[in-house]
Amino acid sequence: MKENKETRAPESQKGHTIEKPKSSEGIGSMVSIEINGNKYSVPLGTTILEACKQNQIHIPTLCHHDDLCIAGVCRVCLVEVEGMRTLQASCAYPITHSLKIHTTSPQVRRARRHVIDLLLSEHYGECYACVRNNNCELQSLAKEYGVDQFTFGHVSAPLFEEDKSSYSVVRDMNKCVLCKRCVRTCIDLQEVGVLESIYRGHETRIGTFLDKPLADVICINCGQCINRCPTGALKANDPSDEIWLAIDDPTKHVVIQTAPSPRAAIGEEFDLGPGHSLTGQMNTALRRIGFDKVFDTNFTADLTIMEEGTELIIRLYKALVEGDKQIALPQFTSCSPGWVKYIEHFYPEYLDHVSSAKSPQQMFGALIKTWYSKKEGIDPANIVSVALMPCAAKKYECNRPEMVDSGYKDVDYGLTTRELAQMIKESGIYLPEMGKSHFDDPFGDASGAGLIFGATGGVMEAALRTIIELVTGVKVENVFENMNIVPVRGFEGIRYAELPIEKVGPVPEILKPLVPNWDWLKGATLKVAIAHGTANAKKIMEDIKAGGKFSECHFIEFMACPGGCLGGGGQPIPTSQEIRAKRAEAIYNEDASLPLRKSHENKHVLELYNDFLTDGPCGHISHKLLHTHYTPRGKYIA
Amino acid sequence: MENKVKREGAVIFSEYNRGDAVKKAISIGREDVLFELKESKLRGRGGAGFPTSTKWMLTAAAKSDKKYVICNADEGEPGTFKDRVLLLEYPELVFDGMVVGGYAIGAKEGIVYLRGEYEYMLKSLQDYLEEMRKDNLLGKDILGKKGFDFDIIIRLGSGAYVCGEETALIESLEGHRGEARNRPPFPVNTGLNGKPTTVNNVETFASVAHIVTKGGSWYSQHGTDKSTGSKLFSVSGDCKKPGVYELPWGTTINELLKIVEADNTKAVQVGGASGLCISKSQFDRQLGYEDLGTGGSIMVFNESRNMLHVLKNFMEFFVEESCGQCTPCRIGNVKLLEGVEMIEKGEYTFNYINKLKELGETMRISSKCGLGQSSPNPFISILENFKEEIFNNGKGGK
Ligand SMILES: Cc1cc2nc3c(=O)[nH]c(=O)nc-3n(C[C@H](O)[C@H](O)[C@H](O)COP(=O)(O)O)c2cc1C
Ligand code: SF4
Repeated sequence: MKENKETRAPESQKGHTIEKPKSSEGIGSMVSIEINGNKYSVPLGTTILEACKQNQIHIPTLCHHDDLCIAGVCRVCLVEVEGMRTLQASCAYPITHSLKIHTTSPQVRRARRHVIDLLLSEHYGECYACVRNNNCELQSLAKEYGVDQFTFGHVSAPLFEEDKSSYSVVRDMNKCVLCKRCVRTCIDLQEVGVLESIYRGHETRIGTFLDKPLADVICINCGQCINRCPTGALKANDPSDEIWLAIDDPTKHVVIQTAPSPRAAIGEEFDLGPGHSLTGQMNTALRRIGFDKVFDTNFTADLTIMEEGTELIIRLYKALVEGDKQIALPQFTSCSPGWVKYIEHFYPEYLDHVSSAKSPQQMFGALIKTWYSKKEGIDPANIVSVALMPCAAKKYECNRPEMVDSGYKDVDYGLTTRELAQMIKESGIYLPEMGKSHFDDPFGDASGAGLIFGATGGVMEAALRTIIELVTGVKVENVFENMNIVPVRGFEGIRYAELPIEKVGPVPEILKPLVPNWDWLKGATLKVAIAHGTANAKKIMEDIKAGGKFSECHFIEFMACPGGCLGGGGQPIPTSQEIRAKRAEAIYNEDASLPLRKSHENKHVLELYNDFLTDGPCGHISHKLLHTHYTPRGKYIA
Repeated sequence: MENKVKREGAVIFSEYNRGDAVKKAISIGREDVLFELKESKLRGRGGAGFPTSTKWMLTAAAKSDKKYVICNADEGEPGTFKDRVLLLEYPELVFDGMVVGGYAIGAKEGIVYLRGEYEYMLKSLQDYLEEMRKDNLLGKDILGKKGFDFDIIIRLGSGAYVCGEETALIESLEGHRGEARNRPPFPVNTGLNGKPTTVNNVETFASVAHIVTKGGSWYSQHGTDKSTGSKLFSVSGDCKKPGVYELPWGTTINELLKIVEADNTKAVQVGGASGLCISKSQFDRQLGYEDLGTGGSIMVFNESRNMLHVLKNFMEFFVEESCGQCTPCRIGNVKLLEGVEMIEKGEYTFNYINKLKELGETMRISSKCGLGQSSPNPFISILENFKEEIFNNGKGGK
């Protein structure tokens, strides 16, 4: 499983990447080097840093991040290369010939210590008053190098005001070390390009276009920059104080829905390695903290499949059978609020392709303050609805002015995995030791199809499990082993799959009002695609614009974050390809272990249609509560 | 600033007619051009003194559909103005040198990166290029040589000192913030738009024009063994005759001071802000790569000058002109400047000043580009060479 690293920003904005030969086989493709007197052989083009890593030689780094292109600016990873007058940044030095390298010579140690001392001299703040206390790379470096005083002084007052304008990302430039990871994340990994170095010399800092507040630029709120910030300079906009207030207020009924990805990652905040699902433990902890009800967002993920899948069928029917030229195809998914903001800014002319179905979070919000409140006899005004999400953009999404279809703010707070872990710790709970418990009714447990929404390709797989069965009448497990639709899984940045529909079955009850039969799909080939990370989304969009193969697709899943939601901007820090792969594994394993793995088989969802959304998927009631519209924003900045 | 050529030496200002070098290059062929260059032992005149023939051979050897010749006319080093003189008065040397460069390395495009402040000469330079086009010294099939196409455009810089650093210059040409790149890869392989590029100083191209015309061994007769040819020095400060001088390498500071008629000289800053500052006892030192290598800026300070103020000016310059990307340079220069201010106020300890000198040593070897690598030079050399004045006249350390 490899994420597609070829998806890159405009050549000009790339920073400098080192090209490595495609294969390490063949004569002359290995180079012998000496590190600290020991001999090693490494593939041509390997950086000194990688060569050391491969051979268990530790080199401290700060601006380097495995997900990002090379910067070589912090100068922490300096090493000595024999015969060179200056020390070399090991992260940026490709080995192309035989070298003798020293990684801990006196001048190397002194230079690194100087660099750390200099960074600390300008880093405002005290470690114990920082979200990143104990998980800060600058702090670790200071410890690693035994810093016990501020050799070159220390700033005693903040120089910059925090930028709290965004619902999602808070920037505190007093803690910035100018490693430019956020810049590279935004420009290179996400191809959004909101952040850049501004001013010069000692005044240099990371800023936005015209130094505007983050809320006023084309930030998509994905929070990927937060995940890669080595210090506390970037953090999510934390609503936990408000949530605590609500919990402590006896007149409030505080409910929380939890998305699939946090449960697969929250263990990392409790020093478990990545890849442990703590679903049941988390439910127990949430009740201990004082949430009145704990719901599973997977429930509305199942509902999303019903709504979005139905919408797709309607679009296909109108386009293919009725010949309606106005119908926008391919249909794009809408669950990722980072992606939605991205397309609103960058491709507003394609907004009619985006499914009008709300994201699972917002569907849940609308149901809690309508159906649930009525059913339970609770005044919606007294319900505080919290959404536990792996995501920074969900904070923005729940604050969109249109998200008030229940008559109230549908979701009051978006809480990230990191923030919940903090609340759990504050409650004196060690999560891995908690007993397990289930989600609360009336939403109950949901399907594995909803669960895999957390991984890139998951929405597509969930949709296909349902569409295949509803259209062909054949059980998915008879088409794909163990129900695992492998062609849409994995971490390739862009994936494409074709599914021929050889035979069709009877139209199920729930769809009868919409289509008379499936004959029109017989012999057709369903074409789908998946992209994660907006840089990849951009590639697909450009291909569609140019009338390429993706324009022939029927349905495309877009996730703003690399890896999908499990790599979201609210997930535990650090992040890397390996960590994301482990989280995905945890999610897929949990799905495989569930009795219910198809959205359309979720009884509670069907009950909801019987009970409340009585005119069925994409009917009037569902349209009022579960669907939305988008805002063409463009790149114009007022 | 003084614009006059005060002394014309035997090399750069020797006789030359437009087109000479180009004609010669075509007649002897690419390989011999590179050979003559090697014979001449010419080293880059922009300051770093990298052997020009090596740079050109590497660029010539790089395989690519496109290559570039860039003339670095950013001339941002405080106290240098010799490139301006060459461009204004001897453009034929510079442009012919570039054409020869294009011929030797196989580039079709030449770019002059002209210091923003020199915009006033843009029109006349462009007119000059137009004349060269008319004479078929630029354009297609130059001087009838089939397939030898080359043209030159001029781009204006944006006023940042660091943009004179070749990789920052390339970034700037590509429309980005002027920030130095990581090396390797070097511009000779991966330069402008990712293509092999040779970047040379104005004076380097002018020297090439003579070398190709008159031969490498003619050139290497002048100067010293390791510093061949002559050098243009931009002399400013406390002397009667500031200006541009062509002097053979090997000239001592004393000799130079005499020529420029400087009296009561206390200090000479060799190589601009990023150079070394030497005191009287060292005035017998020689200009040349063996001893005091330089891009040509010579600043003379007489006994009336306060060396701490001189140093402070230099450090203020670097604090502002650092591109700000790497830690040692961005913050280190501030710390050095703060040290100077502490000494000024008499609020320092020798212990701390020594720590700063060590920091300076680190900056020299750990900064990403030449700016941060050389910015501690004045700090270290002035505090060392003028310690009596600076520490005894002041209130002394605590
Ligand atoms: C901060 C900095 C500024 C520089 N400014 C100039 C300049 O103004 N002109 C110049 O020719 N070289 C300048 N250089 C040197 C260039 O990086 C490069 O070495 C030179 O253009 C190469 O040409 P040469 O080999 O002909 O000397 C500068 C270097 C640094 C580090
Ligand atoms: S040494 Fe200074 S000018 Fe050069 S890259 Fe570093 S910060 Fe920029």
